[in-house]
Amino acid sequence: MKVLMKGNEALCEGAIRAGCRFFAGYPITPQNEVPEYMSWRLPEVGGHFVQAESEVAAINMIFGAASTGVRSMGSSSSPGISLKQEGISYCAGADIPFLIANVMRGGPGLGNIAGAQGDYFQSTRGGGHGDYKLFVMAPQGVQDMIDFPTHCYEIAYKYRVPAMILADGIIGQMMESIEMKTPEIDPKNLKEPDWALGINNTGRPKRRVTSYDLREGMLEKMVLERVKRYRELEKEVLWEEKMTEDAEIILVAYGTSARVSATAVKMAREKGIKAGLFRPITLSPFPKKRLFELASKTKDFMAVEMSLGQMVEDLRLSINGKANVHLHAKPGGSLIAPEEVFDSIIKVTKEGVKDYATIK
Amino acid sequence: MQLLNERPKSLLDVSMHYCPGCGHGIVHRLVAEVMDELNIREKTIFVAPVGCAVFADTYFNCDAIQGPHGRGPAIATGIKRAKPDSIVVSYQGDGDLASIGMAETVHSAARNENITIIFINNAIYGMTGGQMAPTTLIGQKATTCIYGRDPKVNGYPIRICELLSSLEGTRYAERTTVHNVAGVVKTKNAIKKAFQNQVNGIGFSIVEVLSMCPTNWGVRADNPSEATKYINDQMVKIFPPGVYKDVK
Repeated sequence: MKVLMKGNEALCEGAIRAGCRFFAGYPITPQNEVPEYMSWRLPEVGGHFVQAESEVAAINMIFGAASTGVRSMGSSSSPGISLKQEGISYCAGADIPFLIANVMRGGPGLGNIAGAQGDYFQSTRGGGHGDYKLFVMAPQGVQDMIDFPTHCYEIAYKYRVPAMILADGIIGQMMESIEMKTPEIDPKNLKEPDWALGINNTGRPKRRVTSYDLREGMLEKMVLERVKRYRELEKEVLWEEKMTEDAEIILVAYGTSARVSATAVKMAREKGIKAGLFRPITLSPFPKKRLFELASKTKDFMAVEMSLGQMVEDLRLSINGKANVHLHAKPGGSLIAPEEVFDSIIKVTKEGVKDYATIK
Repeated sequence: MQLLNERPKSLLDVSMHYCPGCGHGIVHRLVAEVMDELNIREKTIFVAPVGCAVFADTYFNCDAIQGPHGRGPAIATGIKRAKPDSIVVSYQGDGDLASIGMAETVHSAARNENITIIFINNAIYGMTGGQMAPTTLIGQKATTCIYGRDPKVNGYPIRICELLSSLEGTRYAERTTVHNVAGVVKTKNAIKKAFQNQVNGIGFSIVEVLSMCPTNWGVRADNPSEATKYINDQMVKIFPPGVYKDVK
């Protein structure tokens, strides 16, 4: 059965289907539908919603709830996510899995409330203090918003890492016809993790949720144990390719930029230009091996992003000098038009511009 | 031989890191005795702060979490909402609770979260080495106000029990001291009540304990009673002990 849903609401319904039973949040545009929806929907399924006094309090409520093994979720938009970074770092340092959504807006500072992709570095480099990583998925539409939470929780609990859904204001606000495909998970059927805080009536050893160890060399040991899991996490990389087999130029884009790029690729193909699209679905881990493989056949790659040029750095690291890397960047919370991207494709393929970079 | 007293079951047999003459050890023992007496050890989740009590998550014989500076009440909120049958205690110092975590303190009280807060007020930042706290007395010396707290520059000390008692959500707020035997007895009774309230579902309960910090108060080693005397003669004037709120 198909239903018409707004991105932010689909995200909530997806999280509840995935067994989420705790949410704490604070109002910020363009993600306000998330706490609004959760406030009435969670109690319907026996879950708990708290409107927190601040972004900082919200992430720490999630830290507490998630530490009891209850699937928990937070959401915010760019400035609010910055405020949450300390708490996210503590969760990562204490190996507490949970789901957080960033419905990105234009920045820096207060910026604007339009969709943007300027938080790529923050999301894929940890974001807060210390050495850690998140599992980051980038939805490109409302269907992804309802589907991704299930996968995020699965990965987060398997590897004990926080998971992030990196959306933007456009995906959060738009309505699309979607299918509820993911199975509904009843948290009662989930096994209690062996690290979860709770009532101890079995005489098991006490459990501690901490991110600190002041003893000489012990923090290093903790971090190195985590690094093993980060290495394993690399195999959970996901991407999507369109017409890359014979491509002379491959556009690399995620989220909203990927949808715009798909239209630009179509326009190019209609003009006989062999363009292709590579869409990273996970941003952390980033599909670097596959991109390196593609670089042995395709000579030109172009990052298309609604930021000053952030993902392009991961693209360059992946390609590692094996092909040309170009950039079509649009910062400031403005949507990229497919025609602009098409023009950039022409510049590279027909006019042969080397190291093409445009910041529109 | 008759056993007169022993270590509470809720307190692990580990050495604590507190300085000589510090009040934390006394309050730890009182909390543990209360957990034993109310038979709640197995369902208690202890929230440790950032500050001198940061390692408390390793001292109590129950599940525990250590979180960011000042966020104990928010963490406790999340735990209590997610696991309503557990007993959640947030143990905090004055920098943690009354400075960086003031918003979490006030709002957890305003929401009447059914949690217990143990607040150690020693009028100084201990762990970081004696900086001015939000509770530092006027004229009291600290490493960030070396000539003594000057209200023109540093403002005035914050009275937490008085402040929280103005909130409808606060169910119980009492200030006690641990500088003498009578104070210790009163403190234990207050802690017991603060836990009992949570067991009975009454709601947000806080015990503020005036506590000694001989190290950072610059108390001379040959005259340790200077610390208890400071509470007796100075602190109680600014922070009068007593019951500030008790809603049945």
